[in-house]
Amino acid sequence: MAKLINLHINGTPVTVSEGTLVVDAAKKVGIDIPVFCYHPKMEPVGMCRQCLVEIGRPMIDRASGQPVLNEDGTPKLQFGPKLETSCTTPVAEGMAVLTETAKAQAGQKEIIELLLTSHPLDCPVCDKGGECPLQNLTMEHGVSESRFTFAEKHHGEKHVPLGDLILLDRERCIQCARCIRFQDKIAGEPVLSFYQRGRNTDIVSYSDPGFDSVFSGNTSDICPVGALTTVEFRFGARAWELKQAASICSQCPVGCNVTFNVRREASTGGGYVIKRAMPRQNEQVNEIWMCDKGRFAGYQYTESASRLKLDPAELDSTLRLAAAKLAVAQAETVILAGGRLANEDFFTLKQLAAALGAKTYLYSNMGGGEQTTTYGLSAGSNLGHLGKGDTVLVVAADLYNEAPLWHLRLKAAAERGATVIVAAARATKLDEFSQFVIRYAYGDEVETVKTLADKEKIGDAIKNSKNLVIFYGSDGLGLAGTAALAETCANLFASVAVDGRTATPNNGLVGVWSTPNRQGALEMGFAPCTNLAAEIAGKTVYVVAADPAGDDPALAEALKTAKTVIAQDILETTTTRLAEFTLPAAAYTEREGTYTNAERRVQRFYPAVPAHPGTKPDFALTAALAKGCGLELEGRSPLLVMNKLALSESAFRGISYASLSEMVEQWPIIGRGDLYYGGTSYENKLGLGQVLESKLSSGLAQSQPTIHAGLRMREDELLAVPVTKLYDNGITLTPAKLLQAHIQRFNGLILNPATALKLGLENGAQATVSLNGVTYPAKVLVDASISTGVVLIPRSMGIPLLEPTAVTILAQEA
Amino acid sequence: MSSVDNIPNLLRDKYPEEVQAIFAKYPIKRSAVMPLLYLAQREAGYITKESMAEIATLLELDTTEVAAIVGFYSMYHDEKAGKYRIQVCTDISCALRGADKFLEHLCQNIGIKVGETTPDGLVTIEEVKCLAGCDKAPMFQLQDGDQVSYHENMTVDKTMELVEALKKANLEVKE
Amino acid sequence: MTHILFRHRDIPDIKNIAVYQQHAGFAALKKAVTSLQPKQIVDEVKASGLRGRGGAGFPTGVKWSFLPDTIWPHYVVCNADESEPGTFKDREIMESNPYQFLEGVAIACFAVGASEGYIYLRGEFYPIARHLDACIAEMEKAGYLGDNLFGTQVSIRIKTHLGAGAYICGEETALLESIEGKRGQPRLRPPFPAVVGLYGKPTVINNVETLSNLPYIVEHGAAGYRQFGSEKSPGTKIFSLSGNVNKPGNYELPLGTTFRELIFTHGGGISDGHSLRAIMPAGASSSIIRVDEETFDKVMDTPMDYENVQNVGSLLGSASVIVIDDTHTMDWVINKTIEFFKHESCGKCTPCRDGNYWMLQLTERIHAGHASAGDVKLLDSVAAQMYGKCLCALGDFSTMAVRTAIERFPEDFEKKVKA
Ligand SMILES: Cc1cc2nc3c(=O)[nH]c(=O)nc-3n(C[C@H](O)[C@H](O)[C@H](O)COP(=O)(O)O)c2cc1C
Ligand code: SF4
Ligand code: FES
Repeated sequence: MAKLINLHINGTPVTVSEGTLVVDAAKKVGIDIPVFCYHPKMEPVGMCRQCLVEIGRPMIDRASGQPVLNEDGTPKLQFGPKLETSCTTPVAEGMAVLTETAKAQAGQKEIIELLLTSHPLDCPVCDKGGECPLQNLTMEHGVSESRFTFAEKHHGEKHVPLGDLILLDRERCIQCARCIRFQDKIAGEPVLSFYQRGRNTDIVSYSDPGFDSVFSGNTSDICPVGALTTVEFRFGARAWELKQAASICSQCPVGCNVTFNVRREASTGGGYVIKRAMPRQNEQVNEIWMCDKGRFAGYQYTESASRLKLDPAELDSTLRLAAAKLAVAQAETVILAGGRLANEDFFTLKQLAAALGAKTYLYSNMGGGEQTTTYGLSAGSNLGHLGKGDTVLVVAADLYNEAPLWHLRLKAAAERGATVIVAAARATKLDEFSQFVIRYAYGDEVETVKTLADKEKIGDAIKNSKNLVIFYGSDGLGLAGTAALAETCANLFASVAVDGRTATPNNGLVGVWSTPNRQGALEMGFAPCTNLAAEIAGKTVYVVAADPAGDDPALAEALKTAKTVIAQDILETTTTRLAEFTLPAAAYTEREGTYTNAERRVQRFYPAVPAHPGTKPDFALTAALAKGCGLELEGRSPLLVMNKLALSESAFRGISYASLSEMVEQWPIIGRGDLYYGGTSYENKLGLGQVLESKLSSGLAQSQPTIHAGLRMREDELLAVPVTKLYDNGITLTPAKLLQAHIQRFNGLILNPATALKLGLENGAQATVSLNGVTYPAKVLVDASISTGVVLIPRSMGIPLLEPTAVTILAQEA
Repeated sequence: MSSVDNIPNLLRDKYPEEVQAIFAKYPIKRSAVMPLLYLAQREAGYITKESMAEIATLLELDTTEVAAIVGFYSMYHDEKAGKYRIQVCTDISCALRGADKFLEHLCQNIGIKVGETTPDGLVTIEEVKCLAGCDKAPMFQLQDGDQVSYHENMTVDKTMELVEALKKANLEVKE
Repeated sequence: MTHILFRHRDIPDIKNIAVYQQHAGFAALKKAVTSLQPKQIVDEVKASGLRGRGGAGFPTGVKWSFLPDTIWPHYVVCNADESEPGTFKDREIMESNPYQFLEGVAIACFAVGASEGYIYLRGEFYPIARHLDACIAEMEKAGYLGDNLFGTQVSIRIKTHLGAGAYICGEETALLESIEGKRGQPRLRPPFPAVVGLYGKPTVINNVETLSNLPYIVEHGAAGYRQFGSEKSPGTKIFSLSGNVNKPGNYELPLGTTFRELIFTHGGGISDGHSLRAIMPAGASSSIIRVDEETFDKVMDTPMDYENVQNVGSLLGSASVIVIDDTHTMDWVINKTIEFFKHESCGKCTPCRDGNYWMLQLTERIHAGHASAGDVKLLDSVAAQMYGKCLCALGDFSTMAVRTAIERFPEDFEKKVKA
């Protein structure tokens, strides 16, 4: 426990822990000191000089070392001749801080005036207008009358693209370096910097492509002026027209808390549309950050032209006819559900399946889910608390691409002293921040994990760790491979966690899933199917939130042999097109529900916009089908579903919408009136969610995974392995216009340059790859960081590679 | 996609010993950035984007971090100019001894304005801040890639002679 | 006059190692390494009263004693950035008496337990850096640098590092950033370089002239050194004299020498028969001293040391004495100095970055005669507004000449402004 320090700020007594900065101490007692360069998530730099205050310190008598006292016995204070920056000054015992004296106020006002000599007065057309600290402070201090001759003002270029997502307005920039420091220190991608110096100082990016970072959007949130804006939101709306809707990002298993900004628009006949997504503070999940995929692809498909919809009468009849099929099929029904469904949807499906005696499967290429329901991250875990003595092992996962916020948080954990070990068949961005990197050949995943504990230093780091978290993914692996890897990881964890700490926070396994609620499905007993094609032949298949036909031609064929296909989805897919019945689901942005992230935290999301006419939430569609089969399921509201879910699913015991909405005070305080402190990210007022109870106490079983023999390749073959890239052609991503170039960047066959050379191919060349008798054209992308002899094929890019497979690659005839 | 494969090996191939010696000088790689930039400037007369990228790779930095250095220091140039840069100090001490007039006359004689380059691409005239030659004004430094020489107690005539000599030397080199 | 630093003026070939050796060269280093404890040297330097010659005049020995002996390694960094307008003394030392300087660097390294010393030269000193590199190689060959010096366990290495055109890199923390391969922008203080310096380690930063005094002090002791200069400002100082004098140049004189002696005896008086109007004793960062009939004698008889220059409303700084005659007006002078500071402001902090930009607009307008009396007031108030609010001293420096020019030469501005 840090030592406590007592001081006075504007006469108010304040007690804070040693090391606290004056500006933060003031914030804690509700005193706002204006800041521009300071940001509570970053080290102070004291550059902008906005936070000037008067600081007095107790006078110490040189001879006695005792404080000098006033006549009334109070300690005598000594004020320096200069104002001091409160953002760089740590509190000290007996200190007196004055923020409202004439001197301090004059100092602050003078800095604003200086800033305005080079800042345009274009607030009326600035995107930040209405939520701009500089604008607010200018009003407050009344420096509206300029002593500066307008013609002599410093002018800079406007609308400079730093990359294709973020624009810079050079003359609005106040050189606070928040964006540069965020990229360097928090994101670990120093792709922004100052160029030139003095008054000519400018922000630039020299990365190729420009502003090459998946966290770039955050810089526009923390920019205290309108210098950095997203290409998406620029001129999109005025801040004061926007309403806020709390939500959870559904693009990956992290579950970042977000806020959607919505307003009514003529384009939708006066209906509400979402204008932007911004992070919402949850210090246990995403702090105040989110990745660009979530920001620029998280909701955009809501307005997609390929939304499914049916008018009420049509919907009724479709539901009736489809239900009749189910009623006949009964146990001959197969339910296939995708991981983007909410907990309430899964629960409703599970009940329907139980009543019919039908089989239910989780639609996924990744196995090993059971492991995380037993060995999943323990209650009370918070990656933000990992530090010295703790060990994190990441196996076969490229977190930067698959779950960017975890990458960010593990990087921070490593910087706090945690031992991060990355084991992967290729280089990942996390390597740079980890203590140990283990490079294995694709196919050796299980073997590698098995022997980890025997390695000298790495073994010690694992065995002697205070807490141990293991992330495992599916890099280069299929269903069987991930299942075996999961089991091996569980064994490793169990062998280390024998001392009872399994139930303490920050211990357990985390599956790096590709969907936001796979964990919720797993907790309710859904599991993937190892032989889907055979399972669905001849059956009545109810496919929800999945596109097997689009993903794999073999499954498309299999679906054609099914008796009946009922497809339920948000957007049109190959599967909905071949289905006999299509049920239009509401997007998650249009409804309420909960997701369980891969850390086993259940979080609520709320409707941001009204549901598209002709759509219904998934659970309601399922309940309507059930009704047609004579089964009464809760279809009115997700809250009512959750009430039942929590009673019947042991993992969810104790969870309710009320408990999920409980708030505790978070630090730093952000998003209030003083936007300068934390930026325009949103304060969380709707709850931090709740972590499922740990099941770990219930004994640690060890089993032996079946290891599949490695593939033997002919001389002319390469081992093709599936990998996950952040930006792919997934159904929700394609409507995100801004991300097209990013998607294309990784759309191809990724080869080592030497391998490409051997095949007579160079970067960018067109080639073909044959898989299961089908030939697919693809672009060649070279990457020196992967090994020769393999070809990486990104998932969801059009080549249905499900398992590591031997392939031949040929140059395509021109 | 990593563009590592497209980065030239100019400095490493051409000046292997110098690069080696520069690295040996410092306990951390990043400290080598300034000397390496000088090397790049020797090569091209200014610092190209390609050499920034190469230096970034050598030092395990982002190209942006290297560019930030180029932009900050006034002796690094990011654009092509004359082979020689005549950089006349017109700061206070030199100005008290007629540096402004000297610069004006020099420009007239050479026939270009401050900041411009002679048509043959040989000389660019620039105005700079104090060079620590205050007692010997008018004075300038001649920058040629990474090399610098001082020319003090100058007159326009002496400078024109120097320019002629430079011209001649370069013709000889070309032939 | 005895030269301590400018011995090349008495012994022209002292820049050859053999000549330097013949004239007791490296005796002090040998004495230090073989017969003294580092702490003894620190104490001797403290006793000598040597004050930093980089500008601030901080006692050198005291500065050295701030290094914690719990954190290692220690570094010595020599500030050879010499970029203050009007300053050109370090250059002459390094060009003409390099071994004495390098010996000084080595002594400083030994005194603070550093086995590595870096010399940070401004980029324009490219030939000097190459010359020093050659001298360092000579010293290594002769056993004055490297491992096992004079048969002891002591190793000392010296390396040069070139800047690339940035006055701010003379500010010690910006200098450290620059060696570390970053933009030369000042760091927050605390922590001070003595505790967290180069590569995060305890570091001593001293000026070239400061360090060049060390061989003399080690050889002759504090008392020997104190025979020059005054009680509070002992030793000799190199005065860089420039501007409107007949004989500009460097003069090594005891601290406390009067302005009169420097300007009229050594400098040969004001050039072209003009008369003296103003003095900037510390380069462009000076408060400008007004010299007129009334104040002439008082100013001329002022001893140039760290205390007395304050009595005429300025500071000694690096003793870069810029002499301005009566053909120049102060609106022009401050236009020049602000051009400099605007160009050299690193841009890190608001008051200096934007204030200098604003001041330049105003001084240009005033000098061009397009300004009003209100603009002069505004200029003064902008300077006042910047003062004391900047991250480093450059910001304050930039306001000195402006404020004193307006205050002490009101007629220059009255004449310039439009009615
Ligand atoms: C803007 C600025 C420029 C400076 N330039 C120099 C310089 O060129 N040379 C120098 O020795 N000190 C310079 N200094 C002073 C140094 O920061 C530092 O105080 C000095 O090198 C310490 O050495 P000393 O104790 O030997 O004087 C400068 C300071 C500032 C604020
Ligand atoms: S005072 Fe000037 S030079 Fe110093 S930090 Fe601020 S901007 Fe940079
Ligand atoms: S200096 Fe304190 S907020 Fe910028």
